[in-house]
Amino acid sequence: MHNLAFDIAHLLAGGLVLISFMMLYQDRLYALLNIFALHAVVLAASVAWQAFIQNAPHLYVTAAIALVFKAIVIPVALHRIIKQLGIHRDIETAVSIGPTMLAGMGLVALSMVLMLRVTGAADPLAREDLAFALSVVLLGLLVMVTRRNAVSQVVGFMSLENGLVLAATGAKGMPLVVEISVAFSILIAFIVIGVFLFRIRERFDTVDVGALDEFRGERR
Amino acid sequence: MIPAVAQQIWCVAALLGTTALAIASSRSRRSTALVYGATFAISLVALAGALFSLIARTGATELTLPIGLPWLGSHFRLDALAAFFLVVVNLGAATASLYGLGYGSHESTPQRILPFFPAFLAGMNLVVLADDAFTYLLCWEFMSLASWALVMAHHREADNTRAGYVYLVMASFGTLALLLAFGLLSGAGGSYSFAAIRSAEHTPSEAALVLALMLLGAGSKAGLVPLHVWLPLAHPAAPSHVSALMSGVMTKVAIYGFIRVVFDLLGPPSWSASVVVLILGGATAVIGILYALMENDLKRLLAYSTIENIGVIFTSLGLALAFQANGLGLAAALAFTAALFHVLNHSFFKSLLFFGAGAVLTSTGERDMEKLGGLIHRMPLTSFVFLVGCVAISALPPFNGFVSEWLMFQAVLLSPDLPQWGLKIMVPAIGALLALAAALAAACFVKAFGITFLGRARSPAAEAAGEVDRYSLAAMFALAALCFLAGILPGLVIDALSPVAEAMIGHRMPVQANDPWLSIVPIEESRSSYNGLLVFVFITAAASLAVYFIHRFASRAIRRGPAWGCGFSDPTPAAQYSGASFVQPIRRVFGTLVFQAREHVDMPAPGDLRPARFKVDIHDLVWERLYTPLTEAVWFLADRLNQLQFLTIRRYLSLVFATLVTLLLVLAIWS
Repeated sequence: MHNLAFDIAHLLAGGLVLISFMMLYQDRLYALLNIFALHAVVLAASVAWQAFIQNAPHLYVTAAIALVFKAIVIPVALHRIIKQLGIHRDIETAVSIGPTMLAGMGLVALSMVLMLRVTGAADPLAREDLAFALSVVLLGLLVMVTRRNAVSQVVGFMSLENGLVLAATGAKGMPLVVEISVAFSILIAFIVIGVFLFRIRERFDTVDVGALDEFRGERR
Repeated sequence: MIPAVAQQIWCVAALLGTTALAIASSRSRRSTALVYGATFAISLVALAGALFSLIARTGATELTLPIGLPWLGSHFRLDALAAFFLVVVNLGAATASLYGLGYGSHESTPQRILPFFPAFLAGMNLVVLADDAFTYLLCWEFMSLASWALVMAHHREADNTRAGYVYLVMASFGTLALLLAFGLLSGAGGSYSFAAIRSAEHTPSEAALVLALMLLGAGSKAGLVPLHVWLPLAHPAAPSHVSALMSGVMTKVAIYGFIRVVFDLLGPPSWSASVVVLILGGATAVIGILYALMENDLKRLLAYSTIENIGVIFTSLGLALAFQANGLGLAAALAFTAALFHVLNHSFFKSLLFFGAGAVLTSTGERDMEKLGGLIHRMPLTSFVFLVGCVAISALPPFNGFVSEWLMFQAVLLSPDLPQWGLKIMVPAIGALLALAAALAAACFVKAFGITFLGRARSPAAEAAGEVDRYSLAAMFALAALCFLAGILPGLVIDALSPVAEAMIGHRMPVQANDPWLSIVPIEESRSSYNGLLVFVFITAAASLAVYFIHRFASRAIRRGPAWGCGFSDPTPAAQYSGASFVQPIRRVFGTLVFQAREHVDMPAPGDLRPARFKVDIHDLVWERLYTPLTEAVWFLADRLNQLQFLTIRRYLSLVFATLVTLLLVLAIWS
């Protein structure tokens, strides 16, 4: 039983990393949103599995929050924003796909090496979980850095937060209050960013953050 | 009976209460008298308590208060060393409060000073009492900030803002060094209490690093060259009784920190450590007094002279380290006692001299000596006590300055016992530097007294001066009396200091109370001894006889005539001997090297009617060679980093990302 539990947790966390890579590769906005929803679904599954094997019912709440907000509410809202803004065209990636993927692999390797070495004494399940979570966080940051469109930067930020939730649930004994407050802060951040998106759009007729730089008289 | 340390903490609490009182009563006209009266009374109580525990050898008492860091609390401890420094602090505080009772009434904005004065006193008391690194640093910063507020009391004067700024920067730097030193001392385990640090083992490289950091941290507060630059700016900027406290007492608190860490917490010293301390101390003494000689501002002169005395004290501590490292306990105790004795003495006469300078400032409004003169006729009492202070600080018998410097030279003379050849050669050289500093100090105070109080008034303000109030005079006379008493009864002081030396060095100087006729014998009678009382009696008798003979065989009448001016009595006082002319020989000997002083004479051709001009260029090499390049480098870097402020959002993100990845990489490679 224990081995099976470990394997499934491993599978789900690994799946999360894989989906992060898909996000890194994807350069269409709608597709990116769909993948983000998938990311959230896998996260919810992973958290629910942790709740099951750790016998921690409060984690089910976290899983539900992840499923409802991140897999449904936020993607749907972002879909509507994109429609309203009228930007279904390609994402202009600032860095081309090939180097980005290579960098992503490097980051995953780095987080594996680091986490497995640092947490030598910890429970193997938590170790793997932490290593994957760090990869997801780093990949999310990479998405933010390599994209120029504000919507995809938001998606990168949200996936980064998914990595944090993964790390938090992998470690035993994280209180529910912390998770809920993190979830809500993300929601608020999302609302604020959404408002800003419209503001940027109103003023500059685009959500390409490069326009902001041009406005400030900076060269790219 | 509450323990001694609790009593001291209550006094501190009372001082902090006085701060609150000062804020509450800031609109009242009586607040000056109220606040200084309260601090005077509290300081006397604290002084009595500290003196009792020093002399009665009550042993160390400890107290832990549940404030500060939650898992640590605040530890306080009163041992012999702390008791001695509490005596210094509270004696200075009591006299400064007494002086403030009179001096403070001339203050135009007392509400800028009154709340900070008791807070400053409380801070100094707390630093000495602290028994863990966190409390120590916290109190140290509290003391620094309170004194900074006092420096900035007259913030509308242009120089004072700069002084305050330089002080703040140097104080922060010093605290940074202390923070690192205590971080090293508490080690990876993070045991911040002094008891844990004391019992821990420290590797030689760690000890060397801690010593260097303490020299930076405590040295910048005490005024070691080249970290002294803030001191001559900040000390004179404060009101005079605060200047006295900063110069006479706060520098001693810095020395307390140095002694506490290097002699108490760090364990047995290495002889190479003493070399650094000796060289720094000797250089500080000579350079400090040379600066003082060049100065014409009375309070700045005193501040520079503080630097010299700090150098002397550090040299003596360096000697103690050298002897201690080689197991020469008696010699180490002698050097250590000499240092402590000088700490006490300097707090007496430097406070006295600053009070005198403050008295001159209140009655004439002038600090520039070239605009003073002839004050001995207008302010006879102040002149008398100022003269006592000058004689004492010039290390002339029978006053106290002589005794401590004499003890120090006795320790220097023991240097042939040291096994290391380097030290054997170096210590006498440092001794020669000290002797030079002592001689220059005497010249400096001849100048300070002569130009300020003798001759004719150089300005209308000096002509219209009058004697200051009773409180100020009482404070100055009390200190002058202490200078005299410590000078003729040094044995008592040495015996009172013995528990401190025993605690820090493990040895003590021989008991002096049994020596006949109140003489002191530092090592053994066949070698050297000194009797202040006898010297005093001899000086008095010789001087009285001389006066008697002169008045008996010459005319009895006092004659007042024009001062002899090479046969030509010039009608303007500006033609008198001035401070600059007094130091010209010294400037010519040392100035070309230390200050790059250049004299330019602009002599018009015969028949030309414009006046001749004489100009001296003096450079402050420490500023020009060390601090100016440093500030320029900081400006340059700040200018470069300025561009970081206007990056694009994506670049900021990339920067954060790159930093994170780099740190993770470092961790991956390192661990």
